[in-house]
Amino acid sequence: MSSGTSPPARSHAPIFWLLFGAGGMLSALFGPALVFITGIAAPLGIVIPHDLLSYPRVLALSQHWAGKSLLFVIVALFAWHAAHRLLHSLHDLGLRIGPATRLLCYGSASLLTLVSAAGLLALGF
Amino acid sequence: MSGAPAVRRPYYRRMGRWWQRDPFFRRYMWREATALAVLAYALVLTLGIVCLALGEAAWQVWLAALRSPASLALHAALLAAMVLHTKTWFEIMPKTMPMIFVGERRLAATTITRCGWAAAAIATLALLALAAGWRP
Repeated sequence: MSSGTSPPARSHAPIFWLLFGAGGMLSALFGPALVFITGIAAPLGIVIPHDLLSYPRVLALSQHWAGKSLLFVIVALFAWHAAHRLLHSLHDLGLRIGPATRLLCYGSASLLTLVSAAGLLALGF
Repeated sequence: MSGAPAVRRPYYRRMGRWWQRDPFFRRYMWREATALAVLAYALVLTLGIVCLALGEAAWQVWLAALRSPASLALHAALLAAMVLHTKTWFEIMPKTMPMIFVGERRLAATTITRCGWAAAAIATLALLALAAGWRP
């Protein structure tokens, strides 16, 4: 060894910040319209055709590779954006960020990611 | 000096409700709280995907749940939070992105914010138009 110092350990923080930024941008651009379409317009039958969320149409969307990818990206990035932001908000509330708070936040995002991926894969192509 | 080892407990200052001191802090907390809405909506969509994978009967249960008054109230709150998220996301963007220079002058923060809001408005209209059946 020519040097006595070992290289600094790589931080995993940039990965979480990248997911936070990507999810924040996606939800800032499309979040309001998505919530309005699926949560208000479709249930009330306004603005959009009444069969937009019908079983055959959503099934077809979820079985197309593009629709499947889109749904997965939306759910996963929204979840990771929220998890990262809430973890730092816990710090603002006076909780110390440690393994437990990390597990709570990133664990929730991992769970949503895995469950949505499993569901989308089970739907087939 | 005592013989016991000096085990130092770090001092943690109590936080209290510090955000109530200043309207700026309150706005900051509301901005950060929009993450709760983003998480809740991700959960709603995940449940929808699970119901879809379980078959048509389960999908109808999810649709019926969306039609309930509680769900409509929840989604009205989620929509308000999402709009606040969009507004604030582009307000802080000038501070979170690298500086942009046009010629000698730095691109103004308000320009970046307004471009973000315009992009969000276009994205919203495009998505609504697609959902309403318009095809390019």
